[in-house]
Amino acid sequence: MNNDYIRSLIEKGKRIDDRKLDEFRKIVIETNVSKNSAGSARCKIGETEVIVGVKFDIGEPYPDSPGEGTIIVTAELIPVANPDFELGPPGSKATELARIVDRGIRESECIDFRKLCVKEGEKVWMVFIDIYPLNDDGNLIDASVLASLKALSEAKFPKIVNDKVDHESKTNVGLKLSKLPITTTIYKINNNLIVDVNNKEEEVIDARLSVSVADGNIHAMQKGGDVPLRFDDINKMIDIAMKKEKELAKFLK
Amino acid sequence: MSYTKRNDGRKFDEMRKMEAKLGIIPRADGSAMFKVGDTIAIAAVYGPRELHPKFMQNPERGILRCNYDMTSFSVPERKRPGPSRRSTEISLVTEKALIPVLDLKQFPNAVVDVFIEIIQANSGTRCAGITAASMALAHAGVPMKDLVSAVSVGKVGDKIVIDLDKYEEDYEDGATDIPVAMTGNYDITLLQLDGNVSKDDFLKALELAKKGCSEIDKIQRKTLREFYKGVKNE
Repeated sequence: MNNDYIRSLIEKGKRIDDRKLDEFRKIVIETNVSKNSAGSARCKIGETEVIVGVKFDIGEPYPDSPGEGTIIVTAELIPVANPDFELGPPGSKATELARIVDRGIRESECIDFRKLCVKEGEKVWMVFIDIYPLNDDGNLIDASVLASLKALSEAKFPKIVNDKVDHESKTNVGLKLSKLPITTTIYKINNNLIVDVNNKEEEVIDARLSVSVADGNIHAMQKGGDVPLRFDDINKMIDIAMKKEKELAKFLK
Repeated sequence: MSYTKRNDGRKFDEMRKMEAKLGIIPRADGSAMFKVGDTIAIAAVYGPRELHPKFMQNPERGILRCNYDMTSFSVPERKRPGPSRRSTEISLVTEKALIPVLDLKQFPNAVVDVFIEIIQANSGTRCAGITAASMALAHAGVPMKDLVSAVSVGKVGDKIVIDLDKYEEDYEDGATDIPVAMTGNYDITLLQLDGNVSKDDFLKALELAKKGCSEIDKIQRKTLREFYKGVKNE
């Protein structure tokens, strides 16, 4: 598909798959995709598919927060998902994706890290959130956030037996998410703002802004792309993210 | 000690419940999912495509490259992401299990990449991966002389069994695990063994693998046939 064609369509307010500029593709969220995880979920947005699994382990707290557990978010851009993904240690794209997901969850304080404390100064729960895109048809960020939130809300702690985690076990105690920090990424092409790009649109974007919103407050942002944004763009992008928060949160209910 | 009854109630020569799907990854040139019991493997094929780095290219024929990987949450204790000695070896034997059925002469200097991901693990993951990969290669339209199917057989306690699950693999009185892959023509393309077994028992187990593989082969062919039903030749 010709990149100029995609851009010229968007100038006319149209997209290659007939969506409106601010319209998401069909979203489907499923749970229990991997039995050995503490909680897992699949998010499909159009043909984009991401699975996320949550695991718990016990570790030592950081010296500056002896009474708090933590989250560790990792994204693996496995070559299953995209012909351009390569084997090897996480590159900058995977690291950025994981950190955007991490910050939305962390900064919204939707998980109370103090409740992850097992023994102050010695033992805390570490919550591993592992993201695997299975098919990359664009907008991995928003799909990864939705799948992560769903997997977290499904996750059940394992038992501790003789001071050790029994990874084969599950309690019926889960993480309680006090809010749902939803990330919407708004993409800029020329002077148009669009959401939920597919992979062909993603190739021609000028810039993007991911905005994590929970209950109308902003908890994390990340600008990407080579072209700068104007004040006015950012203002509008935040408005779109606020609107999409309510729309996307419905899929997590 | 006598292993009188299988943990999950199966007969000694009975496979776990199987399920196969084709075309699960739209961006790939070919893809498949194979589920056996609680083990779920997916495989994506990309190519034939240009091979980099160039010095690895073969001007005579295309090459096959396989990679086996498990998601961190596929096993009870979180697996660190990235390759291990185990996954590197499985990638290698997977390649050797599949290469005999492929005809890559038409694709000099090219590579066919096969990426296997284990989504959920309860033993037999390499075999499930090979079975899924074989279907994904067919789906990608790579020229093939035959399909490859794979199953793990072995000895649990005093019994020869097919398709060991995790409980049997870790059986307290000892288990021998023999992953086997074969073509539809019963040419053996993967054979590994860990344990302690007599030649007689090994040969019995291999016969059992033949039975299992032909069951898997049927499912593979049925899945492919149904996928292409209604697709007209252009």
